[in-house]
Amino acid sequence: MGELAADKHVKYIISVEKKKDSFESVVMEHLRLNGAYWGLTTLDILGKLDAVDEEDVISWILKCQDESGGFAGNIGHDPHVLYTLSAVQVLALFDKVDILDADKRLDKINVDKAVEYIVSCKNLDGGFGCTPGGESHAGQIFCCVGALAIAGALHHVDKDLLGWWLCERQVKSGGLNGRPEKLPDVGIFSQPNLMMEHSCRVHWINKDKLVKFILDCQDMENGGISDRPDDAVDVFHTYFGVAGLSLLEYPGLKPIDPAYALPVDVVNRIFFSKK
Amino acid sequence: MHGRPRKPLKPEDAAASAAKAEKLRVLQSQFLHNHHNHIYSKEAVELSTKLLETNPELYTAWNYRKLAVQHKLTENDSDPDSLKSILDEELRVVESALRQNFKSYGAWHHRKWILSKGHSSIDNELRLLDKFQKADSRNFHAWNYRRFVAASMNRSEEDELKYTEDMICNNFSNYSAWHNRSLLLSNLLKRKVEGFVSKEKVLPDEYEFVHQAIFTDPDDQSGWFYHLWLLDQTVRVDSPQLVSSWPTPGSDLILLGDRCLDGCASSPFTRFHLDSRTFPLVLYFNQAVEGVNSSTITVDSELNTNKDLVWKPLSSCNSKAAQVWVTQLNLPDGNTHSSKVFPVEDSSPISSLYQLSIKNDNELTDFEWRAATIAKEIDHFRELLSLINCKIGKLTLARLLMAHDAMMCPPANKISHSEEVLELYNDLMRLDPTHVQYYKDQHSLVLLQQVTSNWESLLSRCFHYSNSPSNRGSPMCLQLKNLSLSRLGSFDKLLWVQMLDLSHNELRSIEGLEALQLLSCLNLSNNILGSFTALEPIRQLKSLRALNISYNEIGAHSIDTTKYLCSSPLSHSVGSEWNHGQTVIDDDIKSYWEAYFILKGLNLTQFDIVGNAIVNEKFKSFLIKVLPGLKWLDGEQLH
Repeated sequence: MGELAADKHVKYIISVEKKKDSFESVVMEHLRLNGAYWGLTTLDILGKLDAVDEEDVISWILKCQDESGGFAGNIGHDPHVLYTLSAVQVLALFDKVDILDADKRLDKINVDKAVEYIVSCKNLDGGFGCTPGGESHAGQIFCCVGALAIAGALHHVDKDLLGWWLCERQVKSGGLNGRPEKLPDVGIFSQPNLMMEHSCRVHWINKDKLVKFILDCQDMENGGISDRPDDAVDVFHTYFGVAGLSLLEYPGLKPIDPAYALPVDVVNRIFFSKK
Repeated sequence: MHGRPRKPLKPEDAAASAAKAEKLRVLQSQFLHNHHNHIYSKEAVELSTKLLETNPELYTAWNYRKLAVQHKLTENDSDPDSLKSILDEELRVVESALRQNFKSYGAWHHRKWILSKGHSSIDNELRLLDKFQKADSRNFHAWNYRRFVAASMNRSEEDELKYTEDMICNNFSNYSAWHNRSLLLSNLLKRKVEGFVSKEKVLPDEYEFVHQAIFTDPDDQSGWFYHLWLLDQTVRVDSPQLVSSWPTPGSDLILLGDRCLDGCASSPFTRFHLDSRTFPLVLYFNQAVEGVNSSTITVDSELNTNKDLVWKPLSSCNSKAAQVWVTQLNLPDGNTHSSKVFPVEDSSPISSLYQLSIKNDNELTDFEWRAATIAKEIDHFRELLSLINCKIGKLTLARLLMAHDAMMCPPANKISHSEEVLELYNDLMRLDPTHVQYYKDQHSLVLLQQVTSNWESLLSRCFHYSNSPSNRGSPMCLQLKNLSLSRLGSFDKLLWVQMLDLSHNELRSIEGLEALQLLSCLNLSNNILGSFTALEPIRQLKSLRALNISYNEIGAHSIDTTKYLCSSPLSHSVGSEWNHGQTVIDDDIKSYWEAYFILKGLNLTQFDIVGNAIVNEKFKSFLIKVLPGLKWLDGEQLH
């Protein structure tokens, strides 16, 4: 089995942050805040969050904040829930959540209704789609089950049924696909893993094969991880690859919380210092 | 990046890309300027068109277009023609954007928004969908949009059902089509639409349909989950059933006080050793139910008045529904030192339960076709296996045989298939080693069913637990050790158990064990429990006095796989309980919050934990703080 080229990945992530000239980079400018979350969380898991300038990052994030309180994907774009989440997550990494006007908390959200909606997205195969009636997809399952875990509502999940559906995502190469009869994908790989973590069915996935698959997706020369071996790398898949390895207890990585998709020490810091 | 090969950019390509990037950057910054200044001129809108056709993921541009449309609509107030041309243009832009990326959430959403203005026709939309589904029949955006169009334009579910049939006949490897079919069929059956009134008439054709997919290519997963759903539709009984209860109906319950010697010849199933003035009444259902209380359940007992009984659901998430419900009956004073016999009538606790029904007539006639269907499926899959040695064949046969046995219970002549099923799972472990842990868990469940299937088998595993330092006269211990169990089940058959030895197995969790409300001694040593949160069910075992979790893996793992199964401070179900329960969350509790949460409130007198990575002097003194009633820790008497 290969090894995790941690230093190369750190270099890769830093370089992505700096290199904004390529066409691909401009096309994805609107989701730069997501990119920040993926890149920075990866660095934290690798123990290298100090490789970036904290002040720079935080001042840029705050520029993305709209007067409504929400955050946009980049400066000047419209606010959006997805990027607001990323902003909060990145601030949590730097233990600077308190600079936000912390009036938006879980108790302000109607958790019961949210749970109801998520349950309405539950399918007959045990999985979750992105809207009621939508086909089960590993990525959606990750979001739904994570949300149910945070809301303390995991009893709505048919763990055996969904567990089997998810473990059948593991194909012969060891990778996981997002839906039946699709190709394996590192990004997808991490998501069912996260779900299975919630419900103690994660041992239904063959860990060794999965670790090997992720390691095979690394670009050993230039750093970064791709969706499958020999494809082009990107920050998204680098994040999910490293996060996945953390969940699989690969040595030398900070443990990650499966529901919040942030390092465990970051999550504990938030919860145990609440007044 | 999906589908893009990894290769370094040649210098000329890099230059071209940089030039393209610069052009795009200029357009984007111009666009943002228009957006922030609410400029909706023809040129400005065309600029956004160009942007979206290149990059449909630019969500701000879709927001802008909606604002532009609304602006134009207010200007051209009542002219239906210009309204039509404005919306037509939007539809064209969406289609063009989708050609660039047919998975763009923003584009599909924009189209839905246009439709909500009452525009376009169903034929138009279906035509568009056909185009996309030909390009990629698994495009779930297109399928979602199809469901949206069908619903908002009142296309019949039967027509949609026919469409899935056409798609599947074209190519059975289309999970999206099978998924949609299961959705439509399930709605039609639920609403009892004409032609779909009885499952008995509808399901056989569906079975035949899915057989074609599975038998043609057993390795293609597309039909597997549909078949599993059909199976569930065949065996499932919609109304909840009471599966088991304790005390066991139809027997004499003998309560033994603490000074009673174990001399009586009664069976361990009906004998209960008290150490307090109460004993539990336990109800075990086949699925989670709500609403068990003293008005829905009547208990006739000389010990308590019915209306005083408070029923509690045993759920880990503070949910109001649970499979297991328990209440406590109080003994009158002066009864704790002798034995007393209580006859338990057959159906006495369950006289009126409005939402439960013992098998009613409807279900009795249904039984015929259900049993016949399962039998036919068993034949089909035996035939498949005779031709191809395939995983789905074995797995489905195993499930069918278990379903068959469950339906026949209690059987007139006991022909159990459990030996054959255990063999099938052993085969599967060899045939499909990637999923060996899944098959192992199923194997454990079947093994437990076999072991608990009759009283003789259980009795043969009952012994006196001689290692206990407590006095004689203790209850018998059920030994289920050394069985390679990786998963627990059959709790409905084990409600009577007071001492349980599950040592030397391969357990990672004890999910479901909370049903065993009589447990006073539990031995889980030499398993692979990875954290305290895996022990969550014991929080509900109020009678537990002796717990042995020595030689497990607690503290050895950086990742806690059962953290969210229990109501921890990180899940918001008991956030406030956690914060208000303590005035100070001291460092010890922070370091050992899982242990604290599981053990506090338990009345343990004996605890064994040696052989776990978490154990050191600091942890041991923490334990003594959390368990004030503890008398023995790791075999040493405490003072």
